[in-house]
Amino acid sequence: MAAPGDMTGGRPDAAAPAAIELRGISKAFGPVQANRDISLIVPKGTIHGIIGENGAGKSTLMSILYGFYKPDEGEILVNGQPITITDSQTAIRAGIGMVFQHFKLVQNFTVLENIILGVEDGALLRPSLSKARGVLKRLAAEYQLNVDPDEVIENLSVGHQQRVEILKALYRQADILILDEPTGVLTPAEADHLFRILEGLRDEGKTIILITHKLREIMEITDNVSVMRRGEMVASVRTAETSPEELAELMVGRKVLLNVSKAPARPAAPVLEVRDLTMVDADGVERLRRVSFDIRAGEILGIAGVSGNGQTQLLEILGGYPEKGARVSGEVRMNGAAMPLSGRGCDARQRRREGIGHIPEDRQVEGLIMDFAAWENVAFGWHDAPEFSKGALMDNDAIRRDAQAKMERFDVRPRDCHLAARNFSGGNQQKIVVAREIERNPDLLLIGQPTRGVDIGAIEFIHKRIVELRDAGKAILLVSVELDEILSLSDRVAVMFDGRIMGERLPGQTTTGELGLLMAGITDTENTPDSAGIPPGVTQDALPEGSA
Amino acid sequence: MDKMPKWADVILTPLISLILAMGISALVILAIGESPWTALTTMVDGALGSSYGWGFTLYYATNFIFTGLAVMVAYHAALFNIGGEGQAAMGGLGVALVLLYLPLPHWALALPVAMLGAAAFGAAWAFIPAWLQAKRGSHIVITTIMFNFIAAAVLSYVLVNLLRPVGSMDPASARFPAETALPRLSELAAWVGIAWGRNTPVNITFLVAVLACVLVWVLIWRTRLGYEIRALGKSERGAVYAGINPVRITIVAMLISGGLAGMMAINNVMGESGRLVLNAVEGAGFIGIAVALMGRNHPFGIFLAALLFGFLYQGGGELALWTSIPRELIVVIQALVILFTGALDNMVRMPLERLFLALRRSGGQAR
Repeated sequence: MAAPGDMTGGRPDAAAPAAIELRGISKAFGPVQANRDISLIVPKGTIHGIIGENGAGKSTLMSILYGFYKPDEGEILVNGQPITITDSQTAIRAGIGMVFQHFKLVQNFTVLENIILGVEDGALLRPSLSKARGVLKRLAAEYQLNVDPDEVIENLSVGHQQRVEILKALYRQADILILDEPTGVLTPAEADHLFRILEGLRDEGKTIILITHKLREIMEITDNVSVMRRGEMVASVRTAETSPEELAELMVGRKVLLNVSKAPARPAAPVLEVRDLTMVDADGVERLRRVSFDIRAGEILGIAGVSGNGQTQLLEILGGYPEKGARVSGEVRMNGAAMPLSGRGCDARQRRREGIGHIPEDRQVEGLIMDFAAWENVAFGWHDAPEFSKGALMDNDAIRRDAQAKMERFDVRPRDCHLAARNFSGGNQQKIVVAREIERNPDLLLIGQPTRGVDIGAIEFIHKRIVELRDAGKAILLVSVELDEILSLSDRVAVMFDGRIMGERLPGQTTTGELGLLMAGITDTENTPDSAGIPPGVTQDALPEGSA
Repeated sequence: MDKMPKWADVILTPLISLILAMGISALVILAIGESPWTALTTMVDGALGSSYGWGFTLYYATNFIFTGLAVMVAYHAALFNIGGEGQAAMGGLGVALVLLYLPLPHWALALPVAMLGAAAFGAAWAFIPAWLQAKRGSHIVITTIMFNFIAAAVLSYVLVNLLRPVGSMDPASARFPAETALPRLSELAAWVGIAWGRNTPVNITFLVAVLACVLVWVLIWRTRLGYEIRALGKSERGAVYAGINPVRITIVAMLISGGLAGMMAINNVMGESGRLVLNAVEGAGFIGIAVALMGRNHPFGIFLAALLFGFLYQGGGELALWTSIPRELIVVIQALVILFTGALDNMVRMPLERLFLALRRSGGQAR
């Protein structure tokens, strides 16, 4: 393993000055040292991965490079020239372009209007627009970045919107592109396409910095990779000379289990029975089409699929809050009793009383009130529980004691229940939600994206707790867009596409390739998709030993 | 992590804003050729220099406490209730109807009944905008401000056509029965043998207002309802996930808010004038917005801010009386205070936050 800073790059022209060189960059926010003495060399014409857990300082480092923050110490060299980057304009002039995780596009402008936004020459738009149209045509041909220049942004898919962001950077003559978690919002196919585009850009001599916490992407596409941990650059290596295990270990500073070890499931009676669940939203779009499945006590049913294929609606309906104006039909039974799907009785509070826990897909928007203290969040959704009440008032002392104990057991850091939820890192925020829902010991736990934006150490911890709950004889519905997660946690996998269950597979007896086809809506059988599910009772003896 | 200590957030920031507002006011007074120092001493002397001045200051403050609390409760549910003016006016109608048409032999009985009447009318006036917001999505800022105008129109109609005693030319109701008159604080003081605040309108409602501050604090930070109001105010989708019904909480929060604004009428209609007159609220509903903003939407802050605005009202009146500073300029001074403490809050806050961060960093390095 090479020490930080002495890496020379995986491409032949290593003798040329590096596209970017950082020397001893440090940056502190108050008492928090976000970056400490960081040195980095990114050779020209390479794809350079920067990997690290949430809060490792990746984004701070890139924000320094893009002029959002001023480093406290250290220097930046672009193409061998020392440069002081005071704002994003300086960065753009130096040829640095940035594609943010959350796009900065004007939704009701066309592609072309977005691209010239901020670089319109003169008072009249028409000349800039026609110039941009020409440039766009050339770029599109050169890098397979096809988008209709006259389409309005809000009509574009997420993948296409990202292309517009890349085009924006290229239009501003960026030679160095920084992409922050670019695949977080993409389908696997879109991510593949993005990677082809990035390779094309590299082959044209552009330099690309890819910030991610997904090991697979690093291995697949980068030439070199640098690992950050707690504000420091702990290693820079050629990707070809390392392995995912080694990188994961560098990121967290200890060995992690990428696969969950678990005993075979011992499913008992069905807890949740869903039959022909159909949902039409307020706009008349059918979001769920005759969805049927069972979950038994003591098993994890994983729902795989590209996000936006009905998983959110499924979780919301089961959680007791179908979106406004939706029409829901079909039958859902919980422990044998019919569950009301609309009107009175269809309410999240009622569902909790019936023994349903819910870890929602978006912890920041739903699962937590970000401005509430951690202890208040531990009572969220359970605030009318008898043990949290003192007559008409809430027993805040009891809630705080409960919160402190849960934070202890789930190793939430810092262990301060008075801190507002927004002051915790993503992984620790998620642990608060997981602790709250799991410790209620629900008969059925609904889980949406349990580890989205969560660092590896916390992922391992959360996975273990989910398996423990299963082993305690509870039913678990796991929705995730991470195939690896679905495959390693689930006892059965159902694939959703376009509101349908395309089929059910056993993790030990399927491949990502097969699941990928199902996720894309392709079935190899001539059967109707609705009947493709394997009845849950049939496969009992064929349950997998451990994980795939 | 908090950017600065709590005392700096709740005390230093408004204090600096206040000093800035006073500085600019001083410049304005200088510009019209008067002495800012004389103006200041006149105001302080007139509002705080005697028990008479204090009596008026506390009377105004009582109004502002109720309207400030009204804005605060709605604010915690992320609703901007700027209809306090109309709700307080309707509260006055509630008080008048109760006192004129129910036989109430003693003020101790009349007070709770009149409070119910005031709160019910204020809440009812807030209910319609609340329902429109919760069910139809009509923006509450628009509807509550429109309801202020409707309330004013309804009140003049009722006073001119229904409540005006036969033969009277004054658009006002008859006097309330004498036995329902609320004891003034000066009378209470006299009972314990202190001569305080004679001939001032401040009455027992001030104590009710202080009690209301405590109860609102308990409501917002100690009850499930308060928890649900705050959760909804921070994140509607989060609230729905937690099983909190946004329609119900929106309406309930507005009912409480309107009820608090309506209860202001106990002070001005029942306690002070003893009859219902036109425009009895005199803008206190709008001052409540500034009071809530400056008081950081906390009952204790609202209490302090209400005292400050009570001082400005009373001191401003004295200024008009004893100096040649025109009445309009006093409104300018009040507006400057609102501007700096409410609207320009971040102008003071952000440099302060940077200062504290820098202090902490150098402190951290020294250690």
